[in-house]
Amino acid sequence: MALRTLRATNAALGTSLLGAIFVITCVAIFWTPMDPLAMNLESKLHPPSLTHLFGTDEYGRDVLSRAMSGAITSTSISVVTVVLSIIFGVIIGALSGFIGGWTDRILMMVNDATLAFPGILWGLAVMVVVGPSRVGVIAALTFAYTPAVVRVVRGTVLSVREKEFVQASRMIGNSEWQTLRRHVLPNCIGPVAVLASSMLGWVLLSESALSFLGLGVPPPTATWGNMLSSARSFMQTAVWLGLVPGSFIVVTLLGTNLIGDFLRDRFDPRMQGS
Amino acid sequence: MFLYILRRLIFAIPTLLLVAVAVFTLLRSIPGDPALLMLGDSASDTELTELRRHLGLDLILPLQFGKWLIQVLSGDLGYSITNGEPVLALIVERFQVTFVIVVTAVSLAICISIPAGLIATWKQNKGLDIAIVVIATLLLSVPAFWLGLILLLIFGMQLAWLPVVGYVALSDDFYQGLRYVLLPIITLAMVETGVLIRMVRSSSIEVLRLEYVAHARAKGAGELRVLLRHVLPNSFAPVLTMIGLILGHLLGGAAVLETVFTLPGLGRLLVDAIFSRDYPVIQGVLIFTASIYVCINLVVDFCYPIFDPKVRLE
Repeated sequence: MALRTLRATNAALGTSLLGAIFVITCVAIFWTPMDPLAMNLESKLHPPSLTHLFGTDEYGRDVLSRAMSGAITSTSISVVTVVLSIIFGVIIGALSGFIGGWTDRILMMVNDATLAFPGILWGLAVMVVVGPSRVGVIAALTFAYTPAVVRVVRGTVLSVREKEFVQASRMIGNSEWQTLRRHVLPNCIGPVAVLASSMLGWVLLSESALSFLGLGVPPPTATWGNMLSSARSFMQTAVWLGLVPGSFIVVTLLGTNLIGDFLRDRFDPRMQGS
Repeated sequence: MFLYILRRLIFAIPTLLLVAVAVFTLLRSIPGDPALLMLGDSASDTELTELRRHLGLDLILPLQFGKWLIQVLSGDLGYSITNGEPVLALIVERFQVTFVIVVTAVSLAICISIPAGLIATWKQNKGLDIAIVVIATLLLSVPAFWLGLILLLIFGMQLAWLPVVGYVALSDDFYQGLRYVLLPIITLAMVETGVLIRMVRSSSIEVLRLEYVAHARAKGAGELRVLLRHVLPNSFAPVLTMIGLILGHLLGGAAVLETVFTLPGLGRLLVDAIFSRDYPVIQGVLIFTASIYVCINLVVDFCYPIFDPKVRLE
């Protein structure tokens, strides 16, 4: 009983944290308290006040507005990356698992080699070629995170490929494509949903890390990572510069982790009753 | 056992080869003349022709790759554009910094998370377990670079107990060196503890439901003995895999952490090389990191039979 309450609390807390970030992002698309890019050198490094709720940065820009517009950048990049990784991952993984044979062996060899290398390093490597930009970050992170999806989808496809209902579908004359689409792929929804929820956190963390290193979306566009990066020089006198973007990252990550836990509890049969 | 090791070693070769192909293709796909990129704009014509011949740019692409691969295998990673030092020496020097910090931090994290994870398993769904899980989830959700900044702000700036910027090698002056690496180690250890506690707990709980645990309990074994003697060894395999992944990931450059604490580590070397377009260094670090990653995975594979008797039988 206590367990069920805990699980419900997790899900509720996770949903409300992510929901809050979602609302802030949506609001920021249409309105921010001030222009996030407008500099005002006369009011630089002001501590939080009524006019600037979270203070101003070294160029006198409103930190709240920048954090809000940073939410658009960071979440949109993360969501697009996760969606693209899932699309590519499902296509490659399903083909590999369903066709089998040499196609499968070669694809898996390349996939495992890609997996055998930390995601952020692939990101950095791709950034060398494409250069720091929004498209560059998305390309780099999609490349880094697709192999994980391929693995999960291929595994699920392999496990159901020889099941009776799949053979039955072939028997009644459905084409291979239709069998795959109607009877095999739906089995991947659960595992992919679980993976996607954790992946959203990893991608957001990687995106912030790249921005923090100066290899993400270039300034003056605000991202939580590059806000933190420029806050480093002023940490002693202007604590709020570091606290605000950092808290946004923590809230988002906590939200994704809690929802990820909830989904895993729900969909992973091995976790039942634990 | 010997066959097992041999098979793992052979499986590692295609992975490394593919990584080599990827890195080679990556740097060849940058528009422009590789020789010009490597020497920089100030190079003279004779230097350029010399390097072009050395790189084998006059050969066909597969032959270029072969020649490059042989050079890499013989330890010739070229010279840095920015300061002319041999890349391999640079990497070895920087790697020592990263190695000390990462290995200490991960060991610390293991020492904390295994007991904590087991206690959580023991007191499953009671107050203590919930507290441990909440702390672990919180630690998991705090990015290392932010935690580092906060610790730096508190202990470096407000309390001024520890230095904020700089680095002294432990081999030069142990006490001073320790003061510089203490905060990075604590930061990393905290973040990785979060990951490992959850891993230990979930894999122990899975083992706890197996029949032989019930059998051990039925024989009258105390809960502590059940946990240490029967659950821990059998739940250790996934934890070991995780430790391997974490080590490989971090040794490849905790670039972000090294940036926060201004440490001259491997990750920082890579990021600086990317900024200054120092292609030989980028290439070298990527190849080196991939090799480290593969080596650690191999070591983890070799460790499985020691901890998990089921693997030995297969």
